[in-house]
Amino acid sequence: MKKIFAIVLSMIILASALAFPVSAYDYLDYSQETIDYYKNLGLQGTTINVYNWGEYISDEDIDVVREFEHLTGISVNYTTFESNENMYSKIVGGGVSYDIIIPSDYMVEKLINEGMLEKIDYSNIPNYDNYYDKEKYGYLTDTTINDEKVSDYAIIYNVGTTILIYNTKYVKEKPDSWTVMWDEQYKGKVLMFNNPRDSFAIAQFILGQSLNTTDPDEWDAAAALLKEQKDKVSPSYVMDEVFVDMESGDYYLAAYYAGDYELMHENNPDLDYVLPKEGVNSFYDAFLIPNSTQNKAGAEAFINFMLEPEIALANAEYIYYATANKSVIENEDYSLAESKAVYPDPEDIANAQVFHDLPTETLQYMNTLWTKVKGENNANSIYIVSLICLIAIAAIIVVTLLRKRKMRKYYKV
Amino acid sequence: MKKSSFVQTVLNSPYIIWSAIFVIVPLLMVIYYAFTNESGDFSLNNIIEIKDYASTFLLSVGYGAVATFICLILAYPFAYFLSHSGASFQRMSIMLVMLPMWMSFLIRTYSWMTILGDSGLINRFLGLFSIGPAAMLNTPQAVILGMVYNFLPYMILPLYTVISKMDGSLIEAAQDLGCGKLQTLKKVVLPLSVPGIASGVTMVFVPSVSTFYITQKLGGGQITLIGDVIEGQFQTAYNYNLGAALSLVLMVMILICLGVLGYFTDDKDDGGVLM
Repeated sequence: MKKIFAIVLSMIILASALAFPVSAYDYLDYSQETIDYYKNLGLQGTTINVYNWGEYISDEDIDVVREFEHLTGISVNYTTFESNENMYSKIVGGGVSYDIIIPSDYMVEKLINEGMLEKIDYSNIPNYDNYYDKEKYGYLTDTTINDEKVSDYAIIYNVGTTILIYNTKYVKEKPDSWTVMWDEQYKGKVLMFNNPRDSFAIAQFILGQSLNTTDPDEWDAAAALLKEQKDKVSPSYVMDEVFVDMESGDYYLAAYYAGDYELMHENNPDLDYVLPKEGVNSFYDAFLIPNSTQNKAGAEAFINFMLEPEIALANAEYIYYATANKSVIENEDYSLAESKAVYPDPEDIANAQVFHDLPTETLQYMNTLWTKVKGENNANSIYIVSLICLIAIAAIIVVTLLRKRKMRKYYKV
Repeated sequence: MKKSSFVQTVLNSPYIIWSAIFVIVPLLMVIYYAFTNESGDFSLNNIIEIKDYASTFLLSVGYGAVATFICLILAYPFAYFLSHSGASFQRMSIMLVMLPMWMSFLIRTYSWMTILGDSGLINRFLGLFSIGPAAMLNTPQAVILGMVYNFLPYMILPLYTVISKMDGSLIEAAQDLGCGKLQTLKKVVLPLSVPGIASGVTMVFVPSVSTFYITQKLGGGQITLIGDVIEGQFQTAYNYNLGAALSLVLMVMILICLGVLGYFTDDKDDGGVLM
């Protein structure tokens, strides 16, 4: 009886899987020129390994990776990371070779500094001249690290800034400064970044410091300010949880990334944002080719493909960050073209600063301070409770021991 | 004892090689990193630096102890009644205990955020009676809850195994000799289930002390346990040496805790899942 039941059940499951087959995927229409270009690269049958941020490529209506494979015949191993540091550990750890990685600014510098990248051959990326917004974003990579030009190695994918998000239902007066996150009337309703560099940046803006200072005293001062904030408003330190927390209205103020504000705003229209007067962190993510690459031509074809107008538009609509591709901004269909959060006016971010690679001592010092800022728990009760439990466990152990001894004595007699 | 034959050696070797590569070698690497500095020279600085984290260690052990204690209190009666109930009910219940483990640990923890949040399920329910909202998320209690919820099955299963394997005639003998129900429990059942308690405590205490995901999600980053510090050393500070030293000290501390536990329970270890 049971067997029959099991068979019937599995049949039902199988049937329901068959009844709703995966819908066929429609590829985009490309011009004959584009089709020929990628075909004539002659890279059919090769493979590239792409290592990107999570949720950082369009994979819904337009599946970019699939489109690329279809057009070029290159198969893509696509993997994701959740932090620059994560990616870095994997790259230096060896054992895996990537052809494309897409980390942010300071990590780009670090990788160049350590000689881990391959120069990009721009002649293989014709779309760069056609679509890349060099006037607006060129300055970000127009720097040198160890006499190496950053732009020789990096092509920007997206740019963005940090932003102060607040809930207009609870924060009546439009704030203009990061210091509102120190305001005691919002105690328990403030969200800070749960990573040291971004959180310290907020304190550093208030103190008027450079985000890239290597002076320990300045870091001490910033840490003291964060500690003061912890004592005053006990903020929560979060990353992706910010979406749930702000959309639900559970929290009133949050520091996060501009593109993500637009996503939150769609789900909760009460949210508004401000670019604080002290300044914001301006960041970029860029395509890089590590020197462990096995298929550099394939990697360059991928970068070129990512700059194709249709593809860049699909990505920009999916990611919500500002794209460095001017064809997208000029495109009438682009829904975020008007967003001042994603594309702020230059005068609003006049005080913006970019993260640069910091020396290891400074990073370690920052981390020690961060642990101290977060480490000291103001809930003393937990110490008491743990003490009681420890004593209880110890008491149980001692009692069993004593009883055992007694029993042993008894048996010996 | 038979002398181990060639066949036996061959059959054993995959396990030995496996544990050598994935247990012994990483352990040696941890020790190596803990006692060297960045340039690879011998140094005790990492170990000395650990004193800054003494309070974090203490707090982690405290959280671990509280979670373990609550698990034990919850799991023991459950395991006891379960092992005395009907066979089909037992099968069903054990299945239900294990069912959540089929889902990712990360998802289970994350979903608690939506249950405990200010506009989460519980607070919305309380809101119907115009109570609250009570701040439940991002508190020490939420972290403890996360630990208890995630690790409770590891306490129930060894306890259930031990109690259900217990020889019923011993309990009958105790009753024949005039023990009341409570006394039977105290003098016979409890002492006989010590191996199960020891396994359960180990399997709950160890992951609780070293967890970092639960504190980040349910503690809102406000509570930093030693797992978070170690994660930070590897992920943001690139200080593998300090991270390794912290891990080493954590391992030694857990080993001491288990040693103490083992000292009291090592006589007749049958039925325990671990140790």
